[in-house]
Amino acid sequence: MSYEPSALRLQREEARRRVSRHSTVVALLSTLTIGAVLAIVVTGAPGFKLVRESFFNPHYARTAFPSVLSGLWLNLRVMIFAEIFVLIFGLLIALARTSKSPILYPLRLLATVYTDIFRGLPLLLVLLLVGLGVPGLQISWLPNSAVTLGTISLILTYSAYVAEVIRAGIEAVNPAQRMAGRALGLSQSQTQRYVILPQALRKVTPPLLNDLVSLQKDSGLISVLGAIDAIRAAGIETAQSFNFTPYLVAGALFVALTIPLTRFTDWLTRKQDRARVQQGQW
Amino acid sequence: MKMKYGIALVVTALIGSLSIGYTASAAYAAGACKAGALSTLTTGTLTIGTDDPAYSPWFDNNKPADGKGFESAVAYAVAKQLGYSAKKVKWVKASFNTVIQPGKKAFDFDINEVSITPERAKAVDFSTGYYDVAQALVTTTKSKIAKAKSIADLAKAKLGAAVGTTSYSTITDVIKPKVKPSVFDTNDIATQALINGQIDGLVLDLPTAFYVSAAALKNGLIVGQFAPKAGSEQFGLVLSKGSTLTSCVSSAVDALRVNGSLKTLASTWLGNTAGAPVLK
Repeated sequence: MSYEPSALRLQREEARRRVSRHSTVVALLSTLTIGAVLAIVVTGAPGFKLVRESFFNPHYARTAFPSVLSGLWLNLRVMIFAEIFVLIFGLLIALARTSKSPILYPLRLLATVYTDIFRGLPLLLVLLLVGLGVPGLQISWLPNSAVTLGTISLILTYSAYVAEVIRAGIEAVNPAQRMAGRALGLSQSQTQRYVILPQALRKVTPPLLNDLVSLQKDSGLISVLGAIDAIRAAGIETAQSFNFTPYLVAGALFVALTIPLTRFTDWLTRKQDRARVQQGQW
Repeated sequence: MKMKYGIALVVTALIGSLSIGYTASAAYAAGACKAGALSTLTTGTLTIGTDDPAYSPWFDNNKPADGKGFESAVAYAVAKQLGYSAKKVKWVKASFNTVIQPGKKAFDFDINEVSITPERAKAVDFSTGYYDVAQALVTTTKSKIAKAKSIADLAKAKLGAAVGTTSYSTITDVIKPKVKPSVFDTNDIATQALINGQIDGLVLDLPTAFYVSAAALKNGLIVGQFAPKAGSEQFGLVLSKGSTLTSCVSSAVDALRVNGSLKTLASTWLGNTAGAPVLK
């Protein structure tokens, strides 16, 4: 015998569909209204023509696009390189800060001082100190390329942020987990590796990705050392034409770069939430 | 868009600015530019913008209001020509981006070594040129290009310039080195990079090049200048697009050129810039 939904169920589903249709219509209408009001306010502004001319000029967008894109390639290489090292160093610093052994006290102290200093120092200052100060030492084997030194500065600063995020994750894992791991016969390091870190990293994935997105955008700051990234390329184009459209092109490319990472974060968070609901962990 | 203009374009632009100058003089004579009573931002006051910091030798000690330095002196001369005494001049800080932004500006005119190009003239108004500028290459005696004699000798050099300058266009359009140039926010950072050996040479306008090689570098030297035809690159005063003051300001600059004041001021404040060899 085939499955026949009860009359009550059909009625319930119909009611649900009605509510859903109703909310779709309301959402559509409110979006259209807000959109129309915004469009009227912006396009009706007395200076709109001027703003459109200097910020949304298709001619300059086209001419600036190739050089901005080649600048973005530099951003991309810098950010990927920096992200890998930031995750490694961040993890190491977090492990050092959360260590308990008395023999590791100097390491703990060092890690604490490091995060204090590099979280406090503005990135721009680190860039100038590392990017112009290090080559100023005139030591021949040290790098003096703007891109290398800029990437090192990004790694220095962001490792401190990421270390704090990972530390928060490690400390959020219930101490009973560590004891349980030890009671099962795992060594201190095995407990860390198989019990604590997987839980800790899962807890801090969204804020971690947040820092990585922020790093993506800050990768452009290395242009103060002379490297031509997307923003700097846009600046050069703008200086030649006195038209700001190239900056908008760079902005659009950055957003296009960030959206996949943001969506990935959302997806990951939702997946974790669902898994927890199913496991009854709320 | 790159500033690759045919000579024809440059010529048209020059003819254009000359004819503007001519009609402006006519308007000046007809009394359209009432001395000391132009429709300025604040009635009775002439508001002049420049960047902070304002660099030597264009300004002196970052103090535009002291009348020292070439551009400060020119600004006061233009003001006087327009009928505003030094007391009626007010200086405001205007960074590069606020100078080129669309719409009304916070100054009547800006003076900050801005080169006139037809492309830029679509976004802002320029007065006629008050200074014919050439670009020059500065380096240190230790650098590998210290003995360069021609543009061909610079092919493998890592060169730098400040962002927003025609010096950068000189690298990309005239020198065309094989190494990607570096672009800095300010001349200060670029100079430090040159001291550190991160770049081999720095392109600046000639007067700034003389200043940097003498005052900012310990063993600085000018490799040479890139001399285009006289008057093909000029500094102009910047006004809002369509400003009612443009023709009056232009005719004031024209008057100062005709009576020789601009030349006198240039030799007073910028000294002799003839010593740099021309690189070809």
